[in-house]
Amino acid sequence: MTATAPAASGPGPLLRLDGATVRFGARAVLDAVDLAVAEHEIVCVLGPSGSGKSTLLRAVAGLQALDAGRIALAGHDQAGVPAHRRGVGLMFQDHQLFPQRDVAGNVAFGLRMRKVPRAEQALRVAELLDLVGLPGAQKRAVSALSGGEQQRVALARALAPRPRLLMLDEPLGQLDRSLRERLVAELRELFQELGTTVLAVTHDQGEAFALADRVVVMREGRIAQSGTPLEVWRRPADEFVARFLGFDNVVDATVTGGSAETVWGKVPVPQGTADGRCRLLVRPAGVRLTGADDGLACVVTGRTFRGTHVAVRLEPTGGEGAPRLEAACGLRDAPEPGARVGVRFAVEEIVVLRPGAAS
Amino acid sequence: MKKGAEGTRAPDGAAGPPVRRGRGLPLPRGGVARLGLMALPVAFFAVFFAYPVAAIVARGLKVDGAWRFGRIADVLGQSDIQHVLWFTTWQALASTGLTLLLALPGAYVFARFDFRGKQVLRAVVTVPFVLPTVVVGTAFLALIGRGGLVDELWGVRLDTTVWAILLAHVFFNYAVVVRTVGGLWAQLDPRQEEAARVLGASRARAWRTVTLPALGPAVAAAALMVFLFTFTSFGIVQILGGPTYATLEVEIYRQTANLFDLATAAVLTLVQFAAVGVVLAVHAWTVRRRESTLRLVDAATTARRPRGAGQRGLLGFVLLTVAALIVLPLGVLVQRSLDTPEGYGFAYYEQLTSTDGGAFLVPPIDAIWNSLQYAVVATAIALVVGGLAATALTRRAGRLVRGFDALLMLPLGVSAVTVGFGFLIALDEPPLDLRASWFLVPLAQALVGVPFVIRTMLPVLRAVDGRLREAAAVLGASPLRAWREVDLPLVRRALLVAAGFAFAVSLGEFGATVFIARPDNPTLPVAVATLFGRPGDLNYGQAMALSTILMVVCAVSLLLLERVRTDRTTGEF
Repeated sequence: MTATAPAASGPGPLLRLDGATVRFGARAVLDAVDLAVAEHEIVCVLGPSGSGKSTLLRAVAGLQALDAGRIALAGHDQAGVPAHRRGVGLMFQDHQLFPQRDVAGNVAFGLRMRKVPRAEQALRVAELLDLVGLPGAQKRAVSALSGGEQQRVALARALAPRPRLLMLDEPLGQLDRSLRERLVAELRELFQELGTTVLAVTHDQGEAFALADRVVVMREGRIAQSGTPLEVWRRPADEFVARFLGFDNVVDATVTGGSAETVWGKVPVPQGTADGRCRLLVRPAGVRLTGADDGLACVVTGRTFRGTHVAVRLEPTGGEGAPRLEAACGLRDAPEPGARVGVRFAVEEIVVLRPGAAS
Repeated sequence: MKKGAEGTRAPDGAAGPPVRRGRGLPLPRGGVARLGLMALPVAFFAVFFAYPVAAIVARGLKVDGAWRFGRIADVLGQSDIQHVLWFTTWQALASTGLTLLLALPGAYVFARFDFRGKQVLRAVVTVPFVLPTVVVGTAFLALIGRGGLVDELWGVRLDTTVWAILLAHVFFNYAVVVRTVGGLWAQLDPRQEEAARVLGASRARAWRTVTLPALGPAVAAAALMVFLFTFTSFGIVQILGGPTYATLEVEIYRQTANLFDLATAAVLTLVQFAAVGVVLAVHAWTVRRRESTLRLVDAATTARRPRGAGQRGLLGFVLLTVAALIVLPLGVLVQRSLDTPEGYGFAYYEQLTSTDGGAFLVPPIDAIWNSLQYAVVATAIALVVGGLAATALTRRAGRLVRGFDALLMLPLGVSAVTVGFGFLIALDEPPLDLRASWFLVPLAQALVGVPFVIRTMLPVLRAVDGRLREAAAVLGASPLRAWREVDLPLVRRALLVAAGFAFAVSLGEFGATVFIARPDNPTLPVAVATLFGRPGDLNYGQAMALSTILMVVCAVSLLLLERVRTDRTTGEF
């Protein structure tokens, strides 16, 4: 169920995890994870804190021993290969720049370890600093850099030895929003240009969706869903993924012949949905407001401006204990709090969730 | 699990599960590597510390192959021994109290005030700590002894009272409090106190409820160190105590060297050992508490210029204390060394180059060269042994390692006299017949230097973020290379500071050296003490001159250290 083997071009995936397991005491931080990353692919692991994302990266880098399973890079089992011989790059969450070296010293570190000639090192450092937008910063002290600049130096340092796999741990975690949005776009362009294979982890869905070719959602050491950003966004596999992505209109339903019975009344379901009990997600865009006496009667309890739309919170007035709803409305036609409205559901925004993974 | 915990918990082998597979270990997981690092220090301590001390105790308490533990009760029952025990304890308590009273304001001033000459003053208050105790005794004798400065001016002599000892102890330990407490105080975040003020606490209340509890463990640790040093005080009491006052250590020396009563000496050694063990255990406990909880900031950001009459008054008080208690004795020492019967001059210094005095087989000046050579070798030994031990102790781990940590502190407290005499009687047979070897002296000196090396390096080694090493590994550095690239540059300064301390301590070591230094190769402190033991102006003057030279050597090495010392390398002394 959790296995995810994308169509890998060429002889096989660059990175392959089979049943990778790491336990801290009795707790499995990575629980039999299967994952494959194809060459030139950008995969982003998305999950809440403590879902095992960082441990996944550490295990691939060789900084954390597996308790079971195997990790293969380009088909070679990495068991027993120490971190410094794996040839992967890892950008740490808090950068971990070497404080006693200047920017050039940091970026050139991996090159020195590989005994690259000095002149070539200098060229490569200059080239990378240009690439990350810090030309001429070689002699600066890392302590004098801003958070965003440190970020760029850390990236340049990780890229310098041309690792076959670049791993990023919360790459943009500590940056402010505007810088983050700019950098995420820059990074994606950069990786595509260089053809770098990237495995990134983040808890920020915006970051993951903007950066990745493929998103892998993790929960408690297991993979909950894997797919393109669009697939994951449009079709969250289970309630955990749905709620993690910020969708809260989830309800119990009983499907019979193309529509479902819920506490919100009758809800249409996509064609081919099997009859029986299930959980349904209604994405806010699928909650359509109509006249007060049409459909499910609700009262507006609040509004939140979201930039492109207004999120309207609705309290059903009829049903006993029916859960609240959120609707996405245009900027102009959002009703005021206290207004009475009717609700209808649009079938194209309704997702049948996989059972058994309630949060 | 908290955010980030997955990243920090993993490298700590102790927290992980038992490793199931023999392969796939990317980093050494404690165990074997740590044991390897500890092997040399353990062997060193076993052969050159535990064995000699045990040999002495056995010599004293074992008769015809049978232990006579009854002797312990016999010795402890003697009233003069009880008197020594009582004096040792109360003078240590009094010295500790007095030191805290006078030095805590100093700690505050150094931590929170910014004033001109602060760096120099910080070095000045540290000079006494690296001074040989013999020199400290000499300086106080010159100040308040018979014919001393105060005697000449006002006819007051304190050398027959216990005050001389107490003041000399304050002089010696002032820096311990200022460095241990002040170092932490400077790094406490003032915003914590501000937060309490904003929540409605008065200035005094905020200090009492926020700062004081944070400082508590550091004050306790400093007090325990002062207690330890004064409880085991030898050189100072030997010179200032006269026939009236004797600490355990002085009594051990008297029993061993003058009376050859090894049984009594062995019992006293055991008593001191037990007392020191208790003090060190409590110290280790306070250190552990201190490490755990505090949020620290850069010391440079917390100091500001004193404002208002109260703060200026406090600064004045501290400057006055330092002047009267530290600068004055040192100044008098220099003055006495120049004050010859024919007026001021270098006559005493010139006399040092001749053997006419008859105190030694060689000119006293040779002692300087001997001392320097010994101290260099001792420093090298201490750095190797202490460096390895500190590296092994870097990873916080189980009880075994913590016990080892405390064990390495023992030489600070166990009778140096016993160690020295133990060397003579234990290391006299093949394969370890070192009795006639010059190497014995630096070995004994290194023993005292090792705890300083460990205490200086450990905080710095622990401060190195393990993830920096991981970052280096991911970039292709082997574990050894990662250590060289990441740890070494950060540790280099600490290593220099540790070397300086070890050097100064080795140079001043007296208790053990007095036994094992050969008459034709005396060290400086031994030469000073010998000159003191002889009557006459010339010997007195020469002792002062030699002490001055020793002081200058120590002070210069310390001032050099202050230049390389950074706040990060502020160890525990």
